[in-house]
Amino acid sequence: MAIPKVCGIETEYGIVVRGADVNPIAACSVLVNAYVSQFRRRVGWDFEDESPASDARGFLMDGALPPEVETHLVNAVLTNGARYYVDHAHPEVSTPECIDAREIVQWDRAGELIVVASMELARRLLPDGAELVCYKNNSDGKGNSYGCHENYLMARETSFGRIVSQITPHFVTRQIICGAGKVGVELPGLGIKDVPYQISQRADFFEEEVGLETTLKRPIVNTRDEPHCDPTKYRRLHVIVGDANMAQASTFLKVGTTAIVLAMIEDDVLGGDLALANPVAAIRHVSHDPSMQVTVGLKDGRRMRAIDLQWALVERSRKYERERGLSAVGEEVGAEVLRMWEEVLTGLETNPDSVAHLVDWVAKRRLLTAYADRHGLAPNDARLRAMDLQYHDMRPGKRLADRLDLTRLVDEADAEFAVEQPPPSTRAYFRGRCLAKWPDEIVAANWDSLVFDVGRDPLRRVPMMEPRRGTEELVGKLIDECTTAAELLDRLGA
Amino acid sequence: MAERTQKQKGAPERTEEVVEESPASTARGEKLKAELDDLLDEIDEVLETNAEEFVKSYVQKGGQ
Repeated sequence: MAIPKVCGIETEYGIVVRGADVNPIAACSVLVNAYVSQFRRRVGWDFEDESPASDARGFLMDGALPPEVETHLVNAVLTNGARYYVDHAHPEVSTPECIDAREIVQWDRAGELIVVASMELARRLLPDGAELVCYKNNSDGKGNSYGCHENYLMARETSFGRIVSQITPHFVTRQIICGAGKVGVELPGLGIKDVPYQISQRADFFEEEVGLETTLKRPIVNTRDEPHCDPTKYRRLHVIVGDANMAQASTFLKVGTTAIVLAMIEDDVLGGDLALANPVAAIRHVSHDPSMQVTVGLKDGRRMRAIDLQWALVERSRKYERERGLSAVGEEVGAEVLRMWEEVLTGLETNPDSVAHLVDWVAKRRLLTAYADRHGLAPNDARLRAMDLQYHDMRPGKRLADRLDLTRLVDEADAEFAVEQPPPSTRAYFRGRCLAKWPDEIVAANWDSLVFDVGRDPLRRVPMMEPRRGTEELVGKLIDECTTAAELLDRLGA
Repeated sequence: MAERTQKQKGAPERTEEVVEESPASTARGEKLKAELDDLLDEIDEVLETNAEEFVKSYVQKGGQ
């Protein structure tokens, strides 16, 4: 039986400095510091166990560029179990480990609220009139892209080759249900006349089917093998192919459908007959055709539209639900994912605008089309590109996505709660609660351990190698009962 | 290759769901259209004043 699909999202935000001369990296530091300096004591990130150059295919890449771990930049762990830091020249929020797609939406929205609060706090530190503005998108329209990565817990014994070949058709075609939409194209030789509008922000930037890179020659399936948990039992599938979403339903579908497909792959019931002949060309062709009529070639010679491939995956997911159940993704959440997946595909086939409240690329296109029609704008008008960017603007009054009546799956009050509190059903609960209760005794934290200094030698590292341990159910009462961190460590036997 | 055949093969059950337009979804459509009209009426106040300059200056360092 597939293991629970513990999951998380890492979002790199675009950042713009207005009214001050500050380089992007410094701007990110100001932004993140403005937020974390509110707290009495900041707990730093512990890099001991980071090894982003390990490759899931079982070797270290020679000549490839492993992602660098930048230890000198601002890096903090929050009481909701999230990590908030500067990655390259972008502020990045990693959600805590979540148990299902519903929690992902809640803690991803909490991440947005953290960025919004940071912008406001940073404004007070900057000269009058200056501000930092963040954008939850993935492309600057000039050939530069930054990611929104997903992570899913997989059983180590699942063949990595099978994961690669069987998840690829979903990664190539799921953009029609969760792409964020983009004006224009960023591939050499193509212009706005060829592609006035495309489905995905990211599709133009993928050049390989599989590989370790994340910043150059990006692969559709990333092989980074850095489980951040017991490596003998688990792997963490690091997914770099997705868009950052403004519509909560798009985030829900992106993660929810992927978790179901991965569970089927783990149980080896998906089958390999949907394998694509040329995934890199296919992901672009699908993205460049908002009419969704283009067909892509399969290895067996058939040609199918993205929507047909998505329907095939829905059909198999329904069968999986009937025969095995959806416990790996949460029965209730899984059922809602399937319902919405069908609703969106049906809408896309009959009248795409009918699902504009659920799908970012449709919502954005609808707005841009209406605006262009009203003002008689050509596709290359700068106002359309500006609106594209502003759809993702994190300033509450400026954010166009907020004005489009996108369906909210999570109450704002629940998102506010998630700004400070961790999810209950993963080890993020232990991390977050300990940080909130004993900030002075924790000297460092990372995904799979906490390091305590309770005044006795040596420092005590509490390993958290099981993502499903340290939950509210398992340690909630214990944390409530302990007055000091020393008492907690004694009772844990650490 | 006949696309139609493939489509049916992919999703045999879904034709039933497609056809009807319920009063609720029509009402929703109307409401959305009205809201979009309102938004278009006010959007110029929200949009960046110099679109050209804004788009030109939006340059990011590449990330992951």
